Amino acid sequence: MDSEITLQVDGSERTLTVDTRTTVLDALRDRLGVTSPKKGCDHGQCGACTVLLDGRRANSCLTLAVAHDGAEVITAEGLADVVPDGHLHPVQQAFLEQDGFQCGYCTPGQICSAAGMIEEAAAGHPSTATDPAAEGGISLTDDEIRERMSGNLCRCGAYVNIVAAVHQAAETAASLRKGLPDPAEAAVPDSPTAASMPAHPEDRP
Amino acid sequence: MSNLLPGRAIGTPYERLDGELKVRGTAPYAYEQPVQNPLYLHPVLSTIARGTVKRVESAAAEAVSGVFTVLTSETTPRLEDPSDRELAVLQDNSIGYRGQIVAAVLAETPEIAREAAAAVTVTYTEEPFSAQLRADGPELYAPEELNAGTPTDSSEGDVDTAFATAALKVEQTYSTPAEHNNPLEPHATVAQWDGSVLTLWDSTQGVHAVKGTLAQVLGLEEEQVHVIAPHVGGGFGSKGMPHVHVVMAALAAQVTGGRPVKFPVTRRQMYTLTSHRTPTLQRIRLGAADDGRLTAMSLDIVEHTSRIKEFAEQTPAPFRMMYASPNRSTTTRVAPLDIPVPSWMRAPGECPGMFGPEVAMDELAAAAGLDPIELRRRNEPGVDPETGNPWSSRHLLECFDLGAECFGWDRRVTRPRSVQEDGWLVGLGTASAVYPFMRQPANTARIRYEQDGIYSVQIGAADIGTGAWTALTQIAADALEAPIDRIRLGIGDTKFPAASVAGGSSGTASWGGTIIAAARAFRADHGEHPSPGAQTEARAPQDPEAENLALYSFGAHFAEVRISADTGEIRVARMLGVFSAGRIINPRTARSQFLGGMTMGLGMALHEQSVLDPRFGIFVNHDLAEYHIPTNADVLDMEALWIEDRDEHAGPLGARGIGEIGIVGSAAAIANAAYNASGIRVRDLPLTPDKFLT
Amino acid sequence: MIPFDYRRAEDAASAVALVSARPDAAFLAGGTNLVDRMKLGIASPTLLVDVSRLPLDTVDVLDDGRVRIGTNVRNADLAANAHIRRRYPALSAALLSGASGQLRNLATTGGNLLQRTRCVYFQDPTTPCNKREPGSGCSAVDGYTRYHAILGASGDCVATHPSDMAVALAALDAAVVVLGPAGERVIPVSDFHRLPGNEPHRDTVLEHGELITAVELPPAPARSAYRKVRDRASYAFALVSVAAALELEDDAANPPVIRDVRIALGGVAHKPWRALQAEAALRGAEATEENFRAAADAELAAAEPLRENGFKIPMVRNTLAAVLRELAGIPVPDAGAAGTNHPEGHAGPGNTGWEELDS
Repeated sequence: MDSEITLQVDGSERTLTVDTRTTVLDALRDRLGVTSPKKGCDHGQCGACTVLLDGRRANSCLTLAVAHDGAEVITAEGLADVVPDGHLHPVQQAFLEQDGFQCGYCTPGQICSAAGMIEEAAAGHPSTATDPAAEGGISLTDDEIRERMSGNLCRCGAYVNIVAAVHQAAETAASLRKGLPDPAEAAVPDSPTAASMPAHPEDRP
Repeated sequence: MSNLLPGRAIGTPYERLDGELKVRGTAPYAYEQPVQNPLYLHPVLSTIARGTVKRVESAAAEAVSGVFTVLTSETTPRLEDPSDRELAVLQDNSIGYRGQIVAAVLAETPEIAREAAAAVTVTYTEEPFSAQLRADGPELYAPEELNAGTPTDSSEGDVDTAFATAALKVEQTYSTPAEHNNPLEPHATVAQWDGSVLTLWDSTQGVHAVKGTLAQVLGLEEEQVHVIAPHVGGGFGSKGMPHVHVVMAALAAQVTGGRPVKFPVTRRQMYTLTSHRTPTLQRIRLGAADDGRLTAMSLDIVEHTSRIKEFAEQTPAPFRMMYASPNRSTTTRVAPLDIPVPSWMRAPGECPGMFGPEVAMDELAAAAGLDPIELRRRNEPGVDPETGNPWSSRHLLECFDLGAECFGWDRRVTRPRSVQEDGWLVGLGTASAVYPFMRQPANTARIRYEQDGIYSVQIGAADIGTGAWTALTQIAADALEAPIDRIRLGIGDTKFPAASVAGGSSGTASWGGTIIAAARAFRADHGEHPSPGAQTEARAPQDPEAENLALYSFGAHFAEVRISADTGEIRVARMLGVFSAGRIINPRTARSQFLGGMTMGLGMALHEQSVLDPRFGIFVNHDLAEYHIPTNADVLDMEALWIEDRDEHAGPLGARGIGEIGIVGSAAAIANAAYNASGIRVRDLPLTPDKFLT
Repeated sequence: MIPFDYRRAEDAASAVALVSARPDAAFLAGGTNLVDRMKLGIASPTLLVDVSRLPLDTVDVLDDGRVRIGTNVRNADLAANAHIRRRYPALSAALLSGASGQLRNLATTGGNLLQRTRCVYFQDPTTPCNKREPGSGCSAVDGYTRYHAILGASGDCVATHPSDMAVALAALDAAVVVLGPAGERVIPVSDFHRLPGNEPHRDTVLEHGELITAVELPPAPARSAYRKVRDRASYAFALVSVAAALELEDDAANPPVIRDVRIALGGVAHKPWRALQAEAALRGAEATEENFRAAADAELAAAEPLRENGFKIPMVRNTLAAVLRELAGIPVPDAGAAGTNHPEGHAGPGNTGWEELDS
């Protein structure tokens, strides 16, 4: 049973016909060619498909596209669109610098999850790592980051570096929120990475 | 021989060169490669463990709108070589395990393919089957040899007599469960057949291995198979050799009139189609004199394989070379079960084979009243006990010493169950790590000078998350004495010269050594100022000297474990690994790989277990909700260090490989720490909360 | 997954009408469990009525101190609600211990109550399961039972209910507000889920077409807490869990006396298990470690563990004592047996076959 829907994907309005059975994840990957969100389990058990759905992180594998007609979807690929001059989003930059991944397959989901989670914490949403008696804003300690990022499995075992990356990104976000300069800006190391990898590595430089 | 390549880019902690693609999510993995007008394959899996297919009723499936065809053993093209029963998909009616492919639907969309597969009805003739591993199993046998050419049994001296008269004895049974590799990217193959060339976009640890195997089973010339895998979402061994889905996709592509076929194996299907690690039962005897010096060591292994294809893991390998003792023996027996085919998983042999022995050493240390590190010091062998060969570079004790200092080992309280903090029992533990140096000969690299100082360096290697894109670029830069941004690396495609699999921690040494050889040959051919288009290919260098040496990497794991006195919940509060693995090419990515191995070791220690239900012959916890791998919250304070160690016998790179040693011994260190914390000695992995309840 | 029609409900009444009219219709809210089961082939509705956009998404504190939680309140939002966090910490903690951050952003209050067991056999359509296919048999009772029931099970089904939230709601004496073709009814949470008996395919007392519209909490207890024990530190279902609400006569007394207590257990039964025996043993008793353990034993006297889940008895006992200890402010006891091989420690591996060979 087909149905026509419209999604705002990474800033672009995309109208498409989907089977009612098609998930947001499959609509993106198979229908629209947006393959940044990954399919790791297809059952909400790994988090690789995490996108920002109407501004909140969500498992796109368990959401039916037809039920999200009109929704805004931001993937890791589109996250950088808010940053001028083609630079990476601060969360992406932090993952790169802290080596917060190995094979890269869980990474777009981790990055969307981190971006969503930093906002959740800023809004005061608690986690099991939060002191129940504490009031007000959340301080993103190591334990808070670990718990809040536990919906994103990484089989390569990059968690130690993911925690470091989220710390870095959260500091950047906090600075930007206060109107201060990005603290990571001054510390971009001398590496050929960012400038020289526009497409397939084989096509470099 | 000191032929070590001087390092400039080598040793520099560059960020991953493929990193920007990966943080954006635009690096194309197998399923994501853009192809035109594909068909989607969804397999139908057997629901019996052994027998034959009587009938496949596919009319209802074929009637679903959008179904292209339903392939059965009657309609599937024949293989040229069906002798490998794992790969001989839909070639006959026999069933060797539950979850085997018995039909396959090709359809216009993945949703239709899945729906139609559920509409296929299969009837069977069932036969009795066996799916339970026991040391008294009726069909146990001694394989001709174990994986990697390892001898099945070994014996020196008289273990029985020496053990009988030993002053100190440990005699215990240990077990490790079946595990699944579970790379985050599920296995996937996209196949296209144009009538003369088969193109496979595959998630593989070795494009050339896939090419060779597929050419053989399909009866094609190797030039007719083109395999592409620029980015691979982890493998940990399960993508080291092609499994049945690759053959299935290739066969399906022969019936579509040139349309590509996409076969994304589902997570659940991976539990039967794409291999697992065998469980092991390990009976160990350690006999020692009063001072802790070993006089007798024996290890008897029982593990499983699939009746349709033997894979016999080399579990006793590390036990044979780790410690000195005049009397030593090992045996390995294998149960042929009617189950999916086991294969490589990160550090096959060493990983399970260093669990029981390293816990037994901890038990012996307790019996001897010795610090576990001191016990290992007293049993340090001067030469490889197995071969008598001298060590090229054995720095086990240095790893322990550095680790003990950094970890605060002197704070360990010898008496178990002595430290309590807020209802948590706290303990420290340690264990050794080891992994052999392997360098594969089947490698060729091509170097071509382009222009403007740019060199193309091509080898059909793979980056499965190891950082090969980056490390090989660094090696090529130094080998050519060129700036790193002048190197244009090509890997992950059979259009590049032959390369061995990313496995056995051999990739960087094997491919990198070949790149160095090719660079040297290139300079010999073309000098320092080559003309554009100048090109040289070279094969991997021979290294006869290494044959008379024992080349291994070593390490020491330290763990602090906390166990809830109420609930038995167990946390690894701190973990440190110290390694001696030869030269480190990229400290940033190397640290990640060590930590990754240790994290998987933490999972092995606390979580991982593929539960085989012997009544059905299936792994019942076949998804990522029920098969637990560590989450972020499980990994607390973890660090990896290494000893500067340029092994002059490990080729011109001096690097021995780092992909696997991080997992080896880590589960034993955690189990030993859990004993120190709780006084409860758990010998059967994983260390779940129920085992610590009192 | 078979094809299905999709309808977006205009209001609750029309949603009920749509689903009531078709026996193979189902409500869709967050989808985190229903879509999962549809992919597994263990749920096959031919019509989904999407209720996720109905405006039943507020948490309202009523004048009498009760709280009304709209069915579409997301698990993440309910856990973060300031009133819930402050007054019903057991509920917030239970929600936060379930699933993952991104799943809690999708999952709804009503959907959480209606999630189905994660019994591995229920989820595998190739194995017999009375819950999935009545009369086909129970594969779990003699199989892999680590996550299965020790209380209230039957020979037909030994599955457990997977919700954390529901366990907290049971201890809080919450009620479920349901709209059906015949109008609204209110069902106490403890009566909402069923024991399996010989009809394990029926998880709840809901009739087809009945829609959860809200959950109501009575005024908050003085103290409440939730503790979940699981095989990994996060993102895993409970082995066991305990929710408790406690009222003491006089906080300053030592030991204090328990005026009222309500306890619910998770991971042990086909429904959130209200521990009435333990509650009865504790009401009016002193809040001591010994009394907590005796109360747990009173409840667990009826336990019938399966081959692999006998550990749940000491795990429940210890966890219940720990939760009550925390609520009552009782100090943590010494874990004892320092310096020894723990005599009653785990003995494994067993049943390897080597014992038989040796004997």
